[in-house]
Amino acid sequence: MTAAALASYLLTGLAGASSLFLVAAGLSLIFGVTRIVNFAHGSFFMLGLYLAATLVEAFGRTPLGFWGGVLLASAAVGVFGTIVEILILRRLYGAPELLQLLATFAVVLIVKDAALWLWGPEDVLGPRAPGLRGAVVIFGRAVPEYDLLLIALGPAVLGALWLLLARTRFGRLVRAATEDREMASALGVDQARLFTLVFALGSALAGLGGALQLPREPASLGLDLAIVADAFVVVVVGGLGSLPGAFLAALLIAELKALCIGLGVSKLTLVIEFLVMAIVLAIRPHGLLGRPEAAPRASAVDADGAGSTPPLAWILLGAACLLPLVLGGYPLVLAIDVLILALFAASLRWLVGPAGLVSFGHAAFFGLGAYAAGIATVKLGWPMAASLALAPVAAGIGAIAFSLVAVRLSGVYLAMLSLAFAQIVWSLAFQWDALTGGSNGLVGVWPSADVSGKPAYYLLTLAVVALAWLALRRFERGRLGHAIRAVRDSPLRAEAVGLDVSGLRRAALLVSGALAGLAGGLFAFSKGSLSPETLSIPRSVDGLVMVLLGGLASPFGPILGAGLFTWLQDEAARRVDFWRALVGLVILALVFFVPRGLAGFFGTHRR
Amino acid sequence: MLTVAGLEAAYGRAQVLFGVDLALGPGEVLVLLGRNGAGKSTTLKAIMGLLTPTAGTVTFDGHSIAGKPPHEIARLGLGYVPEDRRVFAGLTVAENLDVGRQPDRLGAPAWNEDRLFRLFPRLAELRSRRAGQMSGGEQQMLTVARTLMGNPRGLLLDEPSEGLAPVVVDAMADAVLALKREGLAVLLSEQNLRFALRVADRAAIIEQGRIRFVGPIAALAADESLARAYLAV
Repeated sequence: MTAAALASYLLTGLAGASSLFLVAAGLSLIFGVTRIVNFAHGSFFMLGLYLAATLVEAFGRTPLGFWGGVLLASAAVGVFGTIVEILILRRLYGAPELLQLLATFAVVLIVKDAALWLWGPEDVLGPRAPGLRGAVVIFGRAVPEYDLLLIALGPAVLGALWLLLARTRFGRLVRAATEDREMASALGVDQARLFTLVFALGSALAGLGGALQLPREPASLGLDLAIVADAFVVVVVGGLGSLPGAFLAALLIAELKALCIGLGVSKLTLVIEFLVMAIVLAIRPHGLLGRPEAAPRASAVDADGAGSTPPLAWILLGAACLLPLVLGGYPLVLAIDVLILALFAASLRWLVGPAGLVSFGHAAFFGLGAYAAGIATVKLGWPMAASLALAPVAAGIGAIAFSLVAVRLSGVYLAMLSLAFAQIVWSLAFQWDALTGGSNGLVGVWPSADVSGKPAYYLLTLAVVALAWLALRRFERGRLGHAIRAVRDSPLRAEAVGLDVSGLRRAALLVSGALAGLAGGLFAFSKGSLSPETLSIPRSVDGLVMVLLGGLASPFGPILGAGLFTWLQDEAARRVDFWRALVGLVILALVFFVPRGLAGFFGTHRR
Repeated sequence: MLTVAGLEAAYGRAQVLFGVDLALGPGEVLVLLGRNGAGKSTTLKAIMGLLTPTAGTVTFDGHSIAGKPPHEIARLGLGYVPEDRRVFAGLTVAENLDVGRQPDRLGAPAWNEDRLFRLFPRLAELRSRRAGQMSGGEQQMLTVARTLMGNPRGLLLDEPSEGLAPVVVDAMADAVLALKREGLAVLLSEQNLRFALRVADRAAIIEQGRIRFVGPIAALAADESLARAYLAV
């Protein structure tokens, strides 16, 4: 590659860095003051892009119409963010992290369906910026004028934000509240108003980032999660709460991606992103310019794994064995789904509850197991038993890889990284045509002849799930399980009594990932085909909804949750067009009214 | 000025205050004495709204403030100085003071940087120093000055002499007496009896979340057995 070509790729990278920075800056600001990680931040970006497309179309393709549309879209997103803050987040500032994260994810689902309803499933193409349609020749290559504008805009926004924070009273209050909210309020600072303003500013920045992409990429419904995953990587690499850090990280990541594309290895971009994250976090666990968190907040969601297996469990198991005698056809298919999802949810409950590691990317392990089993069967011709055994192994390896970046982190960092990790795994499945079949997926993952009938496969699933569930329960109540709970409750004290905190977290992830992978393997053979949707982030959230439905406190929660969820989804998907928005509303209702889950609600919760 | 009646408060399920009664008038300094864990800090936090009281009433300047959020209480003119200083470490002295700033208040001394720098001359020299890079004593002066920027009529001071060098303790005592002359009502918690004897008009002794004694500070100075029973270690 010539120096000129290299320079032109780097310029493209710079333009990408600017828009990434705008989104990450808003996310970082909001987190700094409110301590809430806003999963809906990518949705705000997406909304900004859609709104800008509509507004510019309405105002006419003149410079005034274009820039007016872009600014108005950004302001509208700011207003929308304000409404979200006042209606939803304000009631959750004292709530456990998991509930806050889920509530913002509910917003993701609702916004996605709202966008689908308003703009339809087709991508919306925006006009190019009037007056900046041309290109400038730099180093013998044409660089779009608009890219040059974006390149200038990133540092300009960083400078403006710096001035705002350093030179205004609002900025001083934001910095004071970022350090010590309670003290600021004792000095007469109205937290609620400050939080709302910061949220409005952060949302408007995300909206601006989206609106400015108008000439560069079409508005599409998948942008929300793609962008928020990128933004998470940027703020974690840069250091949560540090704007210059976010800027540096955005530069680093956008440049590396641009280089990969320039070198013709665009598929490497995902791996590069992951590697950058792993290297930076191994050397600086709090990011390039981040500072260590003061005190990790104890997870307030109670998860008590004690108590013996009640006789009810054995009665239920006996009844489940007899189910194929009374059920057949579609209900039996649903019953298999429930069993598989119960195992998936149980592995997630173990991680989120007793192990205290919040994951928004659990579907990655489910999907790794499913794809491993599918690929072994279809591409390698392995027998079913071997393929099924490979599923937890592959997912376990994935869990270890994830733990390389994750075990030194906890709380919101872990939640953000898990989502980014899942997005990367999803992209791999989506793009690696030769191995995974890409967006078409894999077909022909059929079970061996002796369990090809639905009743037989049901019994196989029941046996595997029941054994796995019991094994997990034994593990949870054994020595290692108790040690892992001790690490959750107080990493510092656990370390002081000689527990290997990182090792125990890795073990917790490994167990959880492997069991999710096993569920994935069972899923692959039950469906016969796989698509990237198998490991998409919404599935991770489905898992969390099941866990939340059932309640974290009881190991029976996931079973109850998976059953209810499957039934609800089946009913609703048949009757309602906008199923995702409905899930969002269900999540909000759970978070607000039954945060302890139904198992807790109905009083199996002791003490 | 400030009246507390039957105040109860708890951390989770652990009740700490079991009906605290206190009253204090303008220009008066009342010291709340007690051992570690007796409920001194908790009393101040519950008055300030940093901990929501579970029972009882708190009246400040004619307003009922129990259960109100801290920023509303602060805006009514009640200042709070925490025991562990809690300066904003990344902000400069001047910026810390600005965060505490509130509009002038009728019937309360009006503070600004210049006046505060006369009260704490050391802070003037450190005006653009980051608070995190100052000594403990300097931080203690800053945290008092920051609260005064809100032009309070009443002040809650949580263990202002804790962990400070004797010179700084003297400076704090002078400052409290200066505030008293300005007409502020001051409620301070202390374990340091000498400091209390120097600045306070009256004393209240708290033990296990209940007030055991209220009286003029002279009574405490005269009756050694009282001090020994409730304060000595």
